[in-house]
Amino acid sequence: MDAPVRKLRVATTSLAGCFGCHMSLLDLDEGLIGLLERIELDRSPLTDTKEVGECDVGIVEGGVCNAENVEVLREFRRRCKVLVALGACALNGGLPAQRNVLSLPLLLQEVYRAEPGAEHGRIPDDPELPLPLDRVHPLHEVVRIDHFIPGCPPPAEAIGAVLGSLLAGEARPLDPALIHFD
Amino acid sequence: MSAPTFLLDGRPVAFAEGQSILQAAVAAGAYIPHLCFHPDFAPHGSCKVCTVRVGGREAAACTTRAVAGAVVESDTPALNDERRALVQMLFVEGNHFCPSCERSGDCKLQATARDLGMTTPHYDHFYPDRPVDASHPELLLDFNRCILCSLCERASREVDRKNAFALSGRGIRTRLIVNSRTGRLADTDVRATDRAVHVCPVGAILPKRRGFATPLGQRTFDLKPISAVADSSAEIEEG
Repeated sequence: MDAPVRKLRVATTSLAGCFGCHMSLLDLDEGLIGLLERIELDRSPLTDTKEVGECDVGIVEGGVCNAENVEVLREFRRRCKVLVALGACALNGGLPAQRNVLSLPLLLQEVYRAEPGAEHGRIPDDPELPLPLDRVHPLHEVVRIDHFIPGCPPPAEAIGAVLGSLLAGEARPLDPALIHFD
Repeated sequence: MSAPTFLLDGRPVAFAEGQSILQAAVAAGAYIPHLCFHPDFAPHGSCKVCTVRVGGREAAACTTRAVAGAVVESDTPALNDERRALVQMLFVEGNHFCPSCERSGDCKLQATARDLGMTTPHYDHFYPDRPVDASHPELLLDFNRCILCSLCERASREVDRKNAFALSGRGIRTRLIVNSRTGRLADTDVRATDRAVHVCPVGAILPKRRGFATPLGQRTFDLKPISAVADSSAEIEEG
């Protein structure tokens, strides 16, 4: 009898993202069944676990827009042997980074003061709220990233291909046919 | 007497006297990655993406004359690494957000990046604060996406005879300007049918009210990589 194969432990998270990349991961459809025989999930929106443990692979969607994002990303880097940046926002800030040419005070004024509906004209200051950064950053500007999967969202096949190559213990470059920036 | 030839990655390419390596390659349907070159216009030699190795040194294929018997290397891992770095620098110097760009799938910057296997912009982003000029009734001019190839400048001067565009400043401060008293596109005589509009390889100059006539995923370079498109220099029309 073959010895049981150790499963790859994988954590995932969405920082300044929309969870669209996680939806694309679910688009692996029946491919997920085979995949779940070879990986086990640690912290992930799919497990609702809040702490990240020691992992083989961390998959991070979204850019870095606030102090909590920085903390989570650094924790992922510490705990995961291999870190994968997933999707346009993780790679270049994406849609949230459209604010990068505007000053943060101006933005907060515009959103919370000028619009009467939101927070009764008050800029939210609950101490539990993470402080926004002056700019949205791609992941690679904050920590070292091992693999990048572009796309908004990346095609499920691209996510499958990268996970497949990690399971095989190889670093195969992504097939250009699976590289999409839109 | 048959035309003289040089060797491009081991394959003979015929050329006419006075042609550049890139002119001859494009005419022969051989692909050397390039962004600021167009066979109808004098070379600009600025993007350097067409850099090849010839005679033991690197040179821009668009500004280097073809010589009989020359041995030209182009599709090598080392040169493609350099090209990828150049393209990555173009991505971080501007604001290239493909998901919200109407040119996505028809964009030569994007297609070249894909073909070179670029998965990340790699460098720190500049996020420059550049304006959008929506003053023209038919056209949108988005400076965020301009890669300073100068093709619009050359086409406007040499074909349209309007001199509507120019590159101003030097080095990192180089920028595209509009040649009108106000600096606005509406105050030029540029029309949507002008060559300068259609020669833009990226989404900097776009016709208005033509959004998503062809869905994402079904556009020119979604169907075929730029290296396999027969005339990689041809203008790409949406739809």
